[in-house]
Amino acid sequence: MSDHAAHVPGLAHHFVNMEQQKEAGTIGMWLFLLTEIMFFGGLFLAYTIYRAKYPDGFLQGSHLLSVPLGGLNTVVLIVSSLTMAMAVYYSQLGERKKLLGFLALTLILGSVFLVVKYFEYAEKFQHHLFPAHWMYNPAADHPPTQYHGQVQVFLWIYFMMTGLHALHMIIGIGLLLVIMFMAHKGKFSKQYNSPVELFGLYWHFVDIVWIFLFPLLYLTGYHVGGGH
Amino acid sequence: MAEHTSEHHIVPLKYYFGVFALLMVFTVLTVWVAQFDLPGMWNIIVALTVACIKATAVVLIFMHVRWSSKLTQVIIIAGLFWLAILLIMTMGDYLVRGGWGVLGVQPN
Amino acid sequence: MATEVMAQAEESRTNYLTNGHTVKSWLLTLDHKRIGLLYLFSISIFFAIGGIYAALIRLELITPQGDLMTAETYNRVFTMHGVMMIFFFLIPSIPATLGNFLLPLMLGTKDVAFPRLNLLSWYVFMVGAILMLITIMSGGVDTGWTFYPPYSSIYSNSQVTLAGVSIFITGFSSILTGLNFMVTIHTMRAPGLTWFRLPLFVWAHYATSLIQVLGTPVVAITVLALAFERTLQIGIFDPKLGGDPVLFQHMFWFYSHPAVYIMIIPSMGVISELIANMTRKKVFGYHFVAFSSLAIAVFGFLVWGHHMFTSSQSMYAGMVFSLITYAVAIPSAIKTFNWTATIFKGSVSYDTPMIYALAFIGLFTIGGMTGLFLAALGLDVHLHDTYFVVAHFHYVMVGGAIIGYLGGLHFWWPKMTGRMYPEVWGRISAAIVFLGFNLTFFPQFIVGYLGMPRRYHAYVPEYQVWHILSTAGASLLAIGFIMPVVYLAWSLKYGEKAGDNPWMAAGLEWETSSPPPTENFTYQPVINHDAYEFENVKEIKEAAAKEAALQTA
Repeated sequence: MSDHAAHVPGLAHHFVNMEQQKEAGTIGMWLFLLTEIMFFGGLFLAYTIYRAKYPDGFLQGSHLLSVPLGGLNTVVLIVSSLTMAMAVYYSQLGERKKLLGFLALTLILGSVFLVVKYFEYAEKFQHHLFPAHWMYNPAADHPPTQYHGQVQVFLWIYFMMTGLHALHMIIGIGLLLVIMFMAHKGKFSKQYNSPVELFGLYWHFVDIVWIFLFPLLYLTGYHVGGGH
Repeated sequence: MAEHTSEHHIVPLKYYFGVFALLMVFTVLTVWVAQFDLPGMWNIIVALTVACIKATAVVLIFMHVRWSSKLTQVIIIAGLFWLAILLIMTMGDYLVRGGWGVLGVQPN
Repeated sequence: MATEVMAQAEESRTNYLTNGHTVKSWLLTLDHKRIGLLYLFSISIFFAIGGIYAALIRLELITPQGDLMTAETYNRVFTMHGVMMIFFFLIPSIPATLGNFLLPLMLGTKDVAFPRLNLLSWYVFMVGAILMLITIMSGGVDTGWTFYPPYSSIYSNSQVTLAGVSIFITGFSSILTGLNFMVTIHTMRAPGLTWFRLPLFVWAHYATSLIQVLGTPVVAITVLALAFERTLQIGIFDPKLGGDPVLFQHMFWFYSHPAVYIMIIPSMGVISELIANMTRKKVFGYHFVAFSSLAIAVFGFLVWGHHMFTSSQSMYAGMVFSLITYAVAIPSAIKTFNWTATIFKGSVSYDTPMIYALAFIGLFTIGGMTGLFLAALGLDVHLHDTYFVVAHFHYVMVGGAIIGYLGGLHFWWPKMTGRMYPEVWGRISAAIVFLGFNLTFFPQFIVGYLGMPRRYHAYVPEYQVWHILSTAGASLLAIGFIMPVVYLAWSLKYGEKAGDNPWMAAGLEWETSSPPPTENFTYQPVINHDAYEFENVKEIKEAAAKEAALQTA
């Protein structure tokens, strides 16, 4: 039995066949994403409670975020999701060159997202808007408002949600490099490509989180004439 | 395609481009709508509806859930169900305390 | 026949214990059985540490004055007792040891679905545990295991951040185990092993894994936020800075109440196995027992607010949480009644595992029923934060979870090691555990009802007699827990050779050799019957044939 299994590239010894291994991988990945839903879910709960509690602070807080930059990152992530989906498509067809090309595009777009995010964060630190108590001083650069405490609450939610999202992007880029290395080595074929597919699921999930973060954080106060 | 690996579904590229177009259009839409001051809670309702439609499209097409096994679909529904438990039961507590207004001291 | 040839070949085969003797072969093993033993070894140490803290608590409470330690020290002692016992012993106890060891055997497969992830989960667990040991050595935590802000986030002078990081990390170990088990149960069942042919142990572990996967991430994000609030001083939960402390309680209990079921459901799975095999009867109402595990897991997520009846949670929310809490009694009672019905007219053998099983039924019933007292909105105002609560959850966690764990450990010890434990000593220690446990915790119901608050190091003299009884019981309980450590270790070398199926039990794990080979089975098992069909057990068939031959002769 085991020597029979040894002939199939990519099949681990404790699985009976490729189908079982693929099924296990898929279910495992989806269950992992389930934990991710709950992980971010706790923060979405905090967002809901505090937004209801401090509507004014959230309006003012969202004015501190740049809608053009947030919108740009939204588009970048959506395009990267498309390139990732196409990478999966070409891995299923077993076309190594195109697979590598689309993985590289995804990698570039993911990096662009992080660079934009870096500039957004840096701007906040410059203006004393990081909510840690020894650093937070909105009056330094902005006309004082009556909602500094509430804006601080908005800002920690912003930093924690986008920070965790960015952390997921960084991990994703690390994994993407591994996948590209494997693709480069010719590990994937029409028969064996589940690492690409499973990574794709992760990447799309991170995209979905951003799809919610963008309107909830950036667009909240847009209608009262905020966004720069 | 018709051999025994038929459950291994390859999604035609036109689906991917379709979803991509939808995502872009809805992104523009959500920014455009956000500049209007809609009455009551309609701003957030519209924003979340658009986000949900976008997320559903990604899940169904990009993540292949439209073609995946029942089990995968059950896992996703379970995830949303448990998220709903967390959100609804907690928000329920806050709501019946007498509306959102009595949630304690408001800091300046 | 072919099986006999195989049996002869097996004599010369290496089993999972003899397959490599180096430290490296243990620390880098991907074998679920060895990983189970790694967990067994580590959690035993953490149980001992938690036990030392328990001893300190009981010593302090002998006298009404706080004479052994200061109030400050006492706060740290009971907190570390809770943290060690809950996060580093009870939550991993049955799933990570017995579950890891048995699940693939019961499913008739070579390993869990993701062996590397399984090993990783142990390492993650150990990193979290070492951080917690560092926390202890640098002064411990004094907030209580619940870490309620704003005390924990602003005012406490103890190592809250470090402890929070430790629990955050340990949580991932729990998630990985649960995820691995769920995938394994879904995809790795042997041919013919349909869902309703699974042993109830497997059903229980499926329900447990569900809670681990769905609940743990929420507590992870909660303690992470707490650590940020403490280090950055931002208003997440502290009302002075605009935060909301009740939100912390909601998020914390969303996991930590279901976490109680992470501890008790696997134990229920063990008890189902013990009772079926020790009475040689099919479990009465198999489907009901199987689904009641799932029902407890699902209902368990809807009741967390009963920990917050005396917080500023709204009365209406309290009523809903109270009602649903009563509903959890239904699946729990289904299990209890079905076990009792299984024992009825069975051929009961009172070996150590069965003594533990019987103890479980009684103690869990008391623990569960007192839970209903606490679910009552009005009564809870009186009983909240008293020793009544302490007694209640110790009846469930010690009388339920640990008793089940010990019973299971004795029952599967011959499978894990190939040796029998000394039966007489087993029975004596089981009896001591039962008596010691009741003497420790029953007085706490009374003293709690009389008004003794939990987490106090000093009290009015009227309560002293109950505390002395409790401390006396704790000494007995300690003896009962130390005895198995000694005689189980002894049995590794001097125990009687067990043979493949010493209990004549039904179940795939008993069909392979003891200890099992690394790949679990030398053949691919195929299942064509339900669980607990004792007429299919090879040893029972042979014994019956022998008897029939004797009678005809």
